[in-house]
Amino acid sequence: MADRWNAGVIPYAEMGYWQPDYEPKDTDVLCAFRITPQQGVPPEEAGAAVAGESSTATWTVVWTDRLTTFEHYQAKCYKVDPVPNTPGQWIAYIAYDIDLFEEASIANLTSSIIGNVFGFKPLKALRLEDMRIPTHYVKTFQGPAHGIVTEREHLGKFGRPILGATTKPKLGLSARNYGRVVYEALRGGLDFTKDDENINSQPFMRWRDRFLFCMEAVNRAQAATGEIKGHYLNITAGTMEEMYERANFAAELGSVIVMIDLTIGYTAIQSMAKWARDNNVILHLHRAGHGTYTRQKNHGVSFRVISKWMRLAGVDHIHAGTVVGKLEGDPMTTAGFYDTLRKDSVKADLSKGLYFDQDWASMPGVMPVASGGIHAGQMHQLIHYLGEDVILQFGGGTIGHPMGIAAGAEANRVALEAMIKARNEGVDYYKEGPEILKKAASRNRALDTALATWGDITFNYESTDTPDVVATPTNA
Amino acid sequence: MRITQGTFSYLPDFTDEEITAQINYALSNDWPLSVEFTDDPHPRNTYWEMWGLPMFDLKDPAGVLLEVNACRKANPNAYVKLNAYDASLGRQTTALSFIVQRPADEPGFHVNRTEVRGRAIQYTTHSYATERPVGDRYGQG
Repeated sequence: MADRWNAGVIPYAEMGYWQPDYEPKDTDVLCAFRITPQQGVPPEEAGAAVAGESSTATWTVVWTDRLTTFEHYQAKCYKVDPVPNTPGQWIAYIAYDIDLFEEASIANLTSSIIGNVFGFKPLKALRLEDMRIPTHYVKTFQGPAHGIVTEREHLGKFGRPILGATTKPKLGLSARNYGRVVYEALRGGLDFTKDDENINSQPFMRWRDRFLFCMEAVNRAQAATGEIKGHYLNITAGTMEEMYERANFAAELGSVIVMIDLTIGYTAIQSMAKWARDNNVILHLHRAGHGTYTRQKNHGVSFRVISKWMRLAGVDHIHAGTVVGKLEGDPMTTAGFYDTLRKDSVKADLSKGLYFDQDWASMPGVMPVASGGIHAGQMHQLIHYLGEDVILQFGGGTIGHPMGIAAGAEANRVALEAMIKARNEGVDYYKEGPEILKKAASRNRALDTALATWGDITFNYESTDTPDVVATPTNA
Repeated sequence: MRITQGTFSYLPDFTDEEITAQINYALSNDWPLSVEFTDDPHPRNTYWEMWGLPMFDLKDPAGVLLEVNACRKANPNAYVKLNAYDASLGRQTTALSFIVQRPADEPGFHVNRTEVRGRAIQYTTHSYATERPVGDRYGQG
């Protein structure tokens, strides 16, 4: 082994970034990376390189390391396991000392962990599969502005999933026409309606006009039903100043909820989470753009990691997949996202893509949102896969109803309540779902029509982002 | 109108057998039940009157139904709801809540609008039932 301090280039593994005997501390941030090394690069060296490049190292030896307690600040790759049935890929486990990260800053955490290393030449591809955030670091974050329990108590809605819909068409409606869709959907039986991610403040509909007409719709629907209603007013804008202006206007008008897009960035999300808690307004996050880095299995960042970051950052809602709808969503992988968002203590489970135990130390849960190509005829599947603490959003499945938007909303609500009733009565609702819906539809024309229109629509495509399921993991 | 608060307002009103099935579900989850009633169903009227304390130790569904019926009998023109409570760590909130009686006539709500500057409107929801004094609503003395 070359002298560690000779000038020049030394393999990362020999500089202390590969430590197979290292025992991670309770306070360490742990990462599981899927690595695809270039031809001829041993997996241990590739793992060590990731550890080095995401912590203290640069490409050559620097004497200034010796001015520090460098062993403390070096990330340590302590294990590499081959990915079952996938030649050329390994999972590298890396431990980072908590001192490497600023308290309560997703920006700082991610600048370290995914900062430079994803473009690193010795690797063909790199994917951050999972992270274990130590509770010591968890506790430095605000967490969800309200969380699942507080949101339910605020809305007075218990014992069933929450229902929503995204206003369609996504673009082009005037504010007055847009509010009509909101009113019809809410009075028909939905709890929430939603701006789409790309509805901000365009020439056909400026944000103030939209907010005013939507709040008229919300309040009218509330009076028509006696239930609390809300519309996610999207406050996404080009600057923080504009976002605060829009958020404050929404709060002044009495909106129970506002919405932001993932595209605004981690720091902006943390700022809006702080605003949301200070102003008693629920914060909805649309994961716009995530598919560019979460979907492909060999490169990027898994959505379960994004889920963790967003729970820390402090959103109350996040879109997390439907399993049965039109967008990417393997059932077990999606279950891993939902566990990460909702549970207080999550156990490692490779069948769900969960590499580490994660303890949230009583940080409230984030309400997952299922949205994209779902309809009333799938109600039994949705409840089976997604459970009760979830927002089911039927956009086209509400607004496209042949009898009108309110009838579409009613169909969804009747289907939901009938399925929850059957579940609570001990019926095997997953198996008997179609029968339960048919029976409920015999007393409800709106549901009957919905089932006749969409009953058979499915989106059966193979998923891209799946767990590496094996009966017994092997070590080569 | 028909107010749609609660878990099952879009289904036909439950029979005693259907209510019992939900009680059984709650008890099987170790969720104690409680009964509440009101003559003001405003969506933000959080605190309905309690029909006694939550039945923490009552595990017999027939006994719970007895309390539901006693409340309905004593308040025939009020809204009555049955709640199940989940006291487990991380929840400590209502797990299920549904209306088991409603007045024959539900007058509903009116939206009061106060127009302020810039076309903004301050809204309040007004419960028509509250136009009569407590105890004299829904035609009851």
